[in-house]
Amino acid sequence: MVKSLSKKIYLYLIFFFLYAPILILIVFSFNGSKSRAHWTGFTLSWYGQLFHDQQILTSLYNTLIVAVISSLFATVIGTAAAIGISRMRKLPKAMIINVTYIPVLSPDIVTGISLMLLFVFLHIPLGFITMLMAHITFNLPFVILAVLPKLKQLNSQVFDAALDLGATPMYAYKKVILPEIMPGVITGFLLAFTLSIDDFVISFFTTGSGFSNLAITIYSMARRGIKPEINALLTLMFISILLLLLLVNYRMSKDTKNKA
Amino acid sequence: MKRFFSAVSLFLALLIIVFSAAITTGCGSNGRTIKVYNWGDYIDKSVIKSFEKQYGINVVYDEFANNEEMYAKIKAGALDYDVLVPSDYMIKRMTNEDMLYKINFDNIPNYKYIDDRFKNLGYDPKNEYSVPYMWGTVGIVYNSTMVKEPVNSWKILWNPKYKKQILMLDSQRDSIGITLKMLGYSLNTKDQKQLEEAKQKLIEQKPLVLAYVGDQVKDQMIGNQAAMAVVWSGDAIYMMRENKDLKYVIPKEGSNIWFDSMVIPKTSKHTADAELFINYMCDTQIAYKNADYIGYSTPQTEAKKLLPKELTSDKTAYPDEGDVKNSEVFEDLADSLPLYDKIWTEIKSK
Repeated sequence: MVKSLSKKIYLYLIFFFLYAPILILIVFSFNGSKSRAHWTGFTLSWYGQLFHDQQILTSLYNTLIVAVISSLFATVIGTAAAIGISRMRKLPKAMIINVTYIPVLSPDIVTGISLMLLFVFLHIPLGFITMLMAHITFNLPFVILAVLPKLKQLNSQVFDAALDLGATPMYAYKKVILPEIMPGVITGFLLAFTLSIDDFVISFFTTGSGFSNLAITIYSMARRGIKPEINALLTLMFISILLLLLLVNYRMSKDTKNKA
Repeated sequence: MKRFFSAVSLFLALLIIVFSAAITTGCGSNGRTIKVYNWGDYIDKSVIKSFEKQYGINVVYDEFANNEEMYAKIKAGALDYDVLVPSDYMIKRMTNEDMLYKINFDNIPNYKYIDDRFKNLGYDPKNEYSVPYMWGTVGIVYNSTMVKEPVNSWKILWNPKYKKQILMLDSQRDSIGITLKMLGYSLNTKDQKQLEEAKQKLIEQKPLVLAYVGDQVKDQMIGNQAAMAVVWSGDAIYMMRENKDLKYVIPKEGSNIWFDSMVIPKTSKHTADAELFINYMCDTQIAYKNADYIGYSTPQTEAKKLLPKELTSDKTAYPDEGDVKNSEVFEDLADSLPLYDKIWTEIKSK
């Protein structure tokens, strides 16, 4: 009895710490005053202003575009790389995997500044393209590391069997290998997508004039105080992600029911 | 297979959209363009639109959060901005490193509106590189329901009566600076003994301090969570509007008086258009709009007259010369910077 109660308390505490900040943010997106210190009444005006704030909307658009393209690119390149790595011999394989880990472990600021110096050195004007390339770069290892375990689980003879049965190598990859490692690929894609949306440091150093994402825009407000429109925007983002998750879960449970 | 193809075609379609967008924004108006790099939320955005309309010059406008970041990007040669708005000490550093263009003041007739007190200051002694945009002071904001005695000296921040009710700025230059001022020294001192004394004072003060804070100081003071705090005047105006019990003073020992000024980096290829922009920002109506939106103090004398009386007569926003006669502008510390860094680390780690 005591044990199950303490278990419950533990669980609720974890959820409390995870979601309390988000809840507070949602509540304050309806606050009449600009200050977070006191509640001065319910308002929807921040939501109205949000849709008139060109700067915030442009940064949101930029963030999403960079996130979608960079995670797609990283997923394609990363999956191909993972398939290649899994077929290597032991020593080079271990070496490549270690090299893949280095960017994951090195601090963002190192990656950001070194990429900036590289772009400056190559005379590529900083802007959308450089930020996109930077995002693809830091997303790549995460995709590779998400796909590799799935390849390890895969029976290596499945591919040979497909070839024996008359499939061309390309056809066998598409029909046999890819479906098997799909969960890993999707994990990699989602990981890359969230990392890209989150990133501030690398984006800051690799973007140029006229192109900034949401993280940069919010951070630049630090001195004057974060605008309450940001609370409204983050609330909307949180709700859309929640809806998306509910939808996915609903469809998955329907699928399993149909199968059963 | 079908699904694979639709995924690929979707991907290609996206690519095309994005690249076409990138191309059209890249060489949009074939006319003139200038690039401006300013602090976040530090302009009335309608001003940019009206400038574009009046002169047919396209403005690319970006924002940064602190001087050092801006400096790092410009120094690496990564950016091609035409107008920057750094603070005083950063302007000094950039002139020392020969990064700024000498402005042709013939192209900035509106410079005559800038208050003469704000010309020829330490960071730009001959007025060659910068035009002031906003200015302010550092002082103490206190809650008059919690602090009954008169506040006129930095010493009150060391009064044990207010244990755990004092908020300090999490900024080494400001915190060490006001301590030096309290001790009667210059806040630009490079003297090791004076700095050592300031360090001891700050360590002594530490048990009294509730927290070293940044932006959240505003919410904490408005929410009555502390009795007093060291703040920038611009923030004080906002806090006093939200909480009527708050008062602001510039202590009698003097304080820091700061400027954010417009400069043109040497790398700019559109210096004439940049000067046009700077001149426009000093126009009376435009400077008024900006000061009204931001709430900080404008150095433009005519614009100040347009602002509401209760703001301009408020010594928080517009202290007169007597109030700031002991105050100093930050100078670049150059070789002494590591010493300040070291002292600050020692204080914070105690």
